[in-house]
Amino acid sequence: MKQTGHSIIDKEIFMKYVFLICACTSILAVLLICLFLFVIFIPAIGKIGPLKFLTGTTWKPSSNIYGILPMIIGSIYVTAGAIIIGVPIGVLSAIFLAKFCPREVYRFVKPAVELMAGIPSIIYGFFCLVVVVPLLKDLLGNGKTMLTASILLGIMILPTIIGVSESAIRAVPDSYYEGALALGATHERSVFFAVLPAAKSGIFAGVVLGIGRAIGETMAVVMVAGNQPIIPESLVQGVRTMTANIVLEMGYATDLHREALIATGVVLFVFILIINLSFSALKRRSE
Amino acid sequence: MEAAKNMPPMPSAAEEIKAINKQTVKQKLWAYRKQPLSFLLLLLVLLSISITVLVLLFLIGYIVVKGVVNLSPSLFEWEYNSENVSMMPAIINTVMVVALTLVIAVPIGIASAIYLVEYAKRGNKIVGIVDVTTETLSGIPSIVYGLFGYLLFKETLEFGYSIMGGVLTLAIMILPLIMRTTQEALKSVPDSYREGSFGLGAGKLRTVFKIILPSAVPGILAGIILAIGRIVGETAALIYTAGTVAGLPGGLFDSGRTLAIHMYALLSEGLYTNQAYATALVLMVIVLGINALSGLVAKKVGTK
Repeated sequence: MKQTGHSIIDKEIFMKYVFLICACTSILAVLLICLFLFVIFIPAIGKIGPLKFLTGTTWKPSSNIYGILPMIIGSIYVTAGAIIIGVPIGVLSAIFLAKFCPREVYRFVKPAVELMAGIPSIIYGFFCLVVVVPLLKDLLGNGKTMLTASILLGIMILPTIIGVSESAIRAVPDSYYEGALALGATHERSVFFAVLPAAKSGIFAGVVLGIGRAIGETMAVVMVAGNQPIIPESLVQGVRTMTANIVLEMGYATDLHREALIATGVVLFVFILIINLSFSALKRRSE
Repeated sequence: MEAAKNMPPMPSAAEEIKAINKQTVKQKLWAYRKQPLSFLLLLLVLLSISITVLVLLFLIGYIVVKGVVNLSPSLFEWEYNSENVSMMPAIINTVMVVALTLVIAVPIGIASAIYLVEYAKRGNKIVGIVDVTTETLSGIPSIVYGLFGYLLFKETLEFGYSIMGGVLTLAIMILPLIMRTTQEALKSVPDSYREGSFGLGAGKLRTVFKIILPSAVPGILAGIILAIGRIVGETAALIYTAGTVAGLPGGLFDSGRTLAIHMYALLSEGLYTNQAYATALVLMVIVLGINALSGLVAKKVGTK
């Protein structure tokens, strides 16, 4: 009797530690990712020079010049464009779903929006390549531009923004809306001027999440952005993002060139970390 | 709780009142006459949702129409060559990658969720750290995973471009997704189940495996299916880990491309746009089918 009792307890303790070890895999994964990236990043930065790397405007691997400022600016521009296009449409769509949508319509529209989140980025990129690029080429003379990439990313972040904003709007107590109605405001005014401000920080968290998605998007952007490593001067010029820089050249890069690409990845990683931290800070505040 | 998420909202007080005093559309429009701002806002809202839905419908419609036209039996031949541009090897690779990734990530993900929900005590420091790292992992763009996989598996462990390298990279990538959905599923199991099981004399382990996990299965399953969708659609994390060789790999340490990579390769070669349409259709149908399945499973949880 005693013997079996012991073995049961041992098994309990053993499994508890198995579970604990598994729980630590994600910590290990983050540590490994940081380790592997930074082990290459730091010497590479040392060789290129941090200032030259981050603020250099010329990217010319053939003559060993590695300045990634055009790519940083490219990522920021394209993301900003995506926000300008995606956020108004996304937030207004979320308002529709939360406050305007009849139940019969909701049953179809909500799954449709969820469907949007499921479509692989390569298909968005392909769609943009065969539909938007020729269209803009006819209209503006150049198809693969910053504008194209912004439109593409604006569409791609819609489901994220709609999802987070809708739940933020729904989380506002009904009394806000009812109070505004009782004071004589119309349905629209109540929603926009009483409910929406209360959902502000939740919606903002959704926008930040969308920024994270947009800045990290790779394959779709590569297809439609043109990818010239120069700082774009207008909307109809091509642009290269940090992600595109990595994907385009990693295949054949060697030595310092390869290290410079990995360093680009680290810069991207740091950007994402900052964005994630502000997202969790915002989320905590909205709760 | 789960049900409430999927169901349309309860009618608010305003709607109930409206139901008593029914207004016709014409009356409603007339009422906007003195409220130009409200009318404008209404129009903006309707415009936005129409754009969203139309873009989606157009995208799906376009891919379906163009894809169906370009489908041909030669695209599904077993052997790939530049003549038939068959996607069959890519489909087989995709199935293989999905299966292997799940074999690695699902047990670890479920086990860590069990630790976090069932074992860890309130205020446990490890829980806090794991939460932060999981959140970090789920925010990392797939290209960074790709770089990491390239450095660890191709360079350091010298796998070369290999299915195995791709699988391990993807396993890390979907781990947070599996963990989070499993945590949610475990948390939604009522405490009375646990108390009942303990009350009948079962140990912690037996309670977890015989009582809690079985009742959390639908939620966990929905998460796994969602993860499959992620894997199938993934490109950036695979291109420099699993590589882009078109045929069937001889083993786990050979390179092989999944369907999404296959499509990217077709497009970057630039010669096979027609085949790319067909591939896009197949890829989209698979991914959307998987997502719909996940939704169905999740709904089943809700109604239970």
